[in-house]
Amino acid sequence: MASYNLLNIQGLEVKLGGKKVVNNVSLSVNSGDWLSIIGPNGSGKSSLLRAIAGIIPALGTVHFQGADLMQTEPRTRAQIVSIVPQIPVVPPRVRVIDYVLLGRTPYLGRGFQPTHEDISLGLSVMEDLDLHDMADRFVTEMSGGERQRVIIARSLVQQPNLLLLDEPTTALDMGHQQEVLELVDQQRKRLGLTVLSAFHDLTLASQYGTSMALLVNGKITKSGLPNEILTEATLKDIYGANVSVHNDGDRVSIVPKRGNRLEGNSNSNDIG
Amino acid sequence: MANNKKQQQQEAPARLTLGLVAGASLILFASILVSLLFGPVSIRPDRIFLEILDRLPGISIDSGLSTIQEAIVWDVRLPRIILGLIVGGLLAVAGASYQGVFRNPLADPYLLGVAAGAGLGATIAIVSGATNGEGMFDALPIAAFLGSAVAVAITLAVGGAVGRSTSTASLLLAGVAVASLFTAIQTYIQQRESATLRQVYSWILGRLSTSGWDEVIMILPYAAISLIVMFSMKGALDVLAVGEEEALSLGIRPRRVRWIIIGAASLAAASAVAVSGLIAFVGIIVPHAVRLVVGASNRLVVPLSFFIGASFLILTDLLARTLQSPAELPIGVVTAFFGAPFFLFVLRRRSDGII
Repeated sequence: MASYNLLNIQGLEVKLGGKKVVNNVSLSVNSGDWLSIIGPNGSGKSSLLRAIAGIIPALGTVHFQGADLMQTEPRTRAQIVSIVPQIPVVPPRVRVIDYVLLGRTPYLGRGFQPTHEDISLGLSVMEDLDLHDMADRFVTEMSGGERQRVIIARSLVQQPNLLLLDEPTTALDMGHQQEVLELVDQQRKRLGLTVLSAFHDLTLASQYGTSMALLVNGKITKSGLPNEILTEATLKDIYGANVSVHNDGDRVSIVPKRGNRLEGNSNSNDIG
Repeated sequence: MANNKKQQQQEAPARLTLGLVAGASLILFASILVSLLFGPVSIRPDRIFLEILDRLPGISIDSGLSTIQEAIVWDVRLPRIILGLIVGGLLAVAGASYQGVFRNPLADPYLLGVAAGAGLGATIAIVSGATNGEGMFDALPIAAFLGSAVAVAITLAVGGAVGRSTSTASLLLAGVAVASLFTAIQTYIQQRESATLRQVYSWILGRLSTSGWDEVIMILPYAAISLIVMFSMKGALDVLAVGEEEALSLGIRPRRVRWIIIGAASLAAASAVAVSGLIAFVGIIVPHAVRLVVGASNRLVVPLSFFIGASFLILTDLLARTLQSPAELPIGVVTAFFGAPFFLFVLRRRSDGII
């Protein structure tokens, strides 16, 4: 069970306001892989990631590289897992360097004072993410793309083995989406990170994920390679969307189709 | 080279440097000195200065002050200055801590019912005649302290039970409710015992009145404990600034940290109120003033607020006791007179995302 090369989740359950938003989810991901989690709004993607990060109460087990994350205390867990939240809280008047170094929190002593090693690690991650000349700026005054890089820098400075991304590119334009995801992928390959990422955009999900899981109503209904999951039939069924799917090896790209939407829905009702 | 150095400074994280501490200490030291030199009883400042030099080790100068004048400087002015230092420092640090914990720039040290509780306690002490207005065993500060402690305890018990979720809003609401309950009781008692109105009113306006060193000694242990705890938690406050879930994902236990800080800040506020009444605005404006200068990091704001809060209260007390001497203005009036306009200024800047 406790394989050293695996993220292994068994029977994970999250309740919010009496409703099971994550329902008996089990999955495993090989170390160094990137799992893209897709699903319609409200399907439980965020809750699943937050439960794995241990920041909301959940039942079940999460084993990662031999450690039982559900039984690990926050400081130790924060040295293993980091999460990029969907809507991060960015406090006003905080400089980029101070914000990025928050990622060192689980390694700091009682005084919370970063050492020279912490600072040079922070600066080198910022260099990697093209943030080196922005140390002195306020995070709140940056553009969406810069801010997202700053937040990813914070999570990388945490030196995690498991990186959780909760729709990391939703607020970004196409170019910045690719930039941010390429960056994460580079770091994954360089550092051997395991990445779990929730996605809104299915094409991006298929392009960056080495595997994919489809979450519907808190349950994983399909998992496998992107081209196995992202079919026109599935997308009509689950998302109620009219699309055409273009295969490109293991990856796919998805193009929305206009017209006959209402008719299409009534058709599917007939079939159902 | 110069460019390099500038770059290094920009890349340096927020840190309480020796220079900042030295600067803040200098301001505090200057405030103490000025307040020793001037007062309602006119004694030549140059002689007081010589007198101070005389007390330094290894220096012996005849200042020419009479014994009574010496006593005024050392046993009347100095204890009052030290009390102002402690109360101002406590209120400012408690304010900075509350603002950090609640992530709300308008939080002040009286937030969770401290003021209303102290007010009720003091009113009861005054009405029941348990206070004679002097000495370490005077009932008034003790009653005020107990009143605050009870009010905060109720707020925490009720608000904490409701607010087991991620929000601090229920705690703030409980504080509002407890405060109005205590104020209602206090008003009722005051109405029935209107002969004591004036005394209660003067207490509420705040004053730093001392009888020798008694008040300083009384407050010192609580001040020391709460300050040590709040100082040690200043870094955790910066982590709390990103919210409970993210703080947890960064490896701290946000609820535990929050309770510790709220407890220490409430103890600080209650001790300050017990010996000084309700001194307005210090707890709000001082942390903001510090933030405007050094930025938002609590690793700087919390400790520097101590120095600036202490200096601010020492100087406003100097104004309070000299402006209309021999009459004395309530210090709360002076702090509010300077504090309110500044506060409005800060509020206006707030829309620019300054706070």
